[in-house]
Amino acid sequence: MKLKSLMLLTTGAAFAAPMVLAEAHGNMADSMTLVSWGGAYQTSQIRAYSDPYQAMHEGLEVIWDESSGEAVARMRAMEEAGNITWDLVDVVASDAIRLCDEGLAMEIDHDEVLAPAPDGTPASEDFGDLIVSDCFIPQIVYSTTFGYRTDVEEWGGNTPDDICDVFDLENFPGQRSLERRPIGNMEWALMCDGVAMEDVYDVLETEEGIERAFAVLDTVKDSTVWWTAGADTPQLLADGEVVFGSTYNGRLFSLIEEQDQPVAMMWDAQVFDLDGWIIPEGLPEDRLNRVLDFVRFATDTQRLADQAQYISYGPARASSAPLVSTHADLGIDMAPHMPTDPANATRTFLFNYEWWADYRDDLDARFQAWLSQ
Amino acid sequence: MDHKLPPYASTGHKIWFYGFRVICGLIFFFLIAPILIIIPLSFNAQDFFTFTPEMLRLDPEGYSLKHYRDFFGDDGYPWRGLLIGAVLGAGFAGAMWAWKGERYIVLPVLVGALFGLIVGKLWGLDGAEWMTPLRNSLVIAPMATLLSVSLGTLAAIGLSQTHVPFKGAIMAILISPMIVPLIISAAGMYFFYSRVGLQGTYWGVVLAHAALGIPFVIITVTATLVGFDRSLTRAAASLGANPVTTFFKIQMPLILPGVISGGLFAFITSFDEVVVVLFVGSAGQQTLPWQMFTGLREQISPTILAAATILVSISILLLTTVEILRRRSERLRGMSPG
Repeated sequence: MKLKSLMLLTTGAAFAAPMVLAEAHGNMADSMTLVSWGGAYQTSQIRAYSDPYQAMHEGLEVIWDESSGEAVARMRAMEEAGNITWDLVDVVASDAIRLCDEGLAMEIDHDEVLAPAPDGTPASEDFGDLIVSDCFIPQIVYSTTFGYRTDVEEWGGNTPDDICDVFDLENFPGQRSLERRPIGNMEWALMCDGVAMEDVYDVLETEEGIERAFAVLDTVKDSTVWWTAGADTPQLLADGEVVFGSTYNGRLFSLIEEQDQPVAMMWDAQVFDLDGWIIPEGLPEDRLNRVLDFVRFATDTQRLADQAQYISYGPARASSAPLVSTHADLGIDMAPHMPTDPANATRTFLFNYEWWADYRDDLDARFQAWLSQ
Repeated sequence: MDHKLPPYASTGHKIWFYGFRVICGLIFFFLIAPILIIIPLSFNAQDFFTFTPEMLRLDPEGYSLKHYRDFFGDDGYPWRGLLIGAVLGAGFAGAMWAWKGERYIVLPVLVGALFGLIVGKLWGLDGAEWMTPLRNSLVIAPMATLLSVSLGTLAAIGLSQTHVPFKGAIMAILISPMIVPLIISAAGMYFFYSRVGLQGTYWGVVLAHAALGIPFVIITVTATLVGFDRSLTRAAASLGANPVTTFFKIQMPLILPGVISGGLFAFITSFDEVVVVLFVGSAGQQTLPWQMFTGLREQISPTILAAATILVSISILLLTTVEILRRRSERLRGMSPG
């Protein structure tokens, strides 16, 4: 009797054990292609997410593709060609919304796919408002802000501390660099034309508001270099071609702290934006299982906090903030370099995704026309 | 153009004489300066494309090999650099040998063997940011070259026969990858290769690059075939050689300079190509120009300059080889004193 029950138990366990394992891991692909932005940002993701994950999963091949810049176009082409080669794609929030609307990104249940916070708070509450789309898995909060050279003699010891100093060629002469697109520039221009921050989008909706914004931009047009890649402004600031320029705050951190260049940050009116993962729609089962397993690991509270050791972008989870420590190589405290730090975030705005989704094509065309005038 | 100004030259003549040289000099300067400027910049000790004050003072502190170290990977860059240097050196030695009239077939064999050695060594180096693309380029370019040379030579020989119908139309189609804007070929190949399962595979990239290389081979081989005496093949046939033997024993050695220069152009086309591989390849087939392209866009790092300096050296070497082979074939045909 005893023997029989033991045998039953072991047979049961022998059958059940593989089933439990299969349930937990599914049938997982042994390679995955992750798409990101390259540069220091991708390096931070490799060090914080994929290196530890690969250490846990022997034999897993991780391929990185630096194509996030053209993610929307490439994913449309993949869909059309019926050949999805990407497994997980890092995109900004506005691209995630577009891809989700077009059905190219997979809708997920955040509480089911993502790990809860260590104290048990479900993921949807931990990420909160940053989940701007059903397809979007937020990673970081970054900002587009300004850096200026600290050795400009013509400025007579003054340093810019107000967004309107960008348009003040009298007190702050010299070449500037601004992004070659209307987003951000139009809002800053209106704010320096006397429009209150909360009214910016209402004014920008009118023809007169657009004219006003362009009129402000006109004042600096002849002394502006227009950038398209996040690396441009750091390069231009480093070789002194411009004295004042906008770019992503992490790039400026790297320029100032890691490369030790004579440049300082101006945080006034920084524009917050979000960056995160989307999973392409229509992945085969084994690849989907692998990606879901990776995403759950890579977006947990500790991993998001770890990423902040390598780059000065704020983790998207509320529960990660207290865990942000020091820079992995420099040993400096990272919190004061985060765009979300209270000292830096005295005046900020999150650009209005819905507004730009409606007006972007039109304003992009007008902006390019204005540039070529 | 005379090399010296004759003593009776008028003022107008003098102005033209010197003006012409100044214009030529300026043209060369504008063509060459952007390529030469990257070479000193690639030894920059900073992480930016900047001539620092230390560099301008020729202070050794301002210079470093760190970008070459980044390129070859931190662990073993000296010997990997030596290997690349050995390929360049061997290629050049082979070219010189060819020029002296020895058996120049040794050149491709030598270079090929060294390529094999390097690729073999690089194969295990996954993860190094620049070594994987370098390895991919060194695998894809020779295979594409081999395909282009075989197919292109056969096509050129076929098209040089007198009785081929629609010769003009066939030639135009084969040459078209050279004329159609690359981006259009690339988009077309992307959708076609996706459907037949070649997109994102090594073979897909090799085939795409072979298609781009074939026109160069056809053009150079067709040009050498113009000087080929057909009665030689008839003589060989009358002595009992079948067409295959005739081709390898008689025709091939005579047109070899054209085949090799076509092959070198095909190699450079594949080695420098970025548009088609962006479409047809996936991240697993990332080539060196692709890595440079994304690197330049996402992070402006002088490692790109180190890579560019190495690529420029390889291109100069290959083109020197073409020129030496061309001179040799002219000398053999008695067209120039050599």
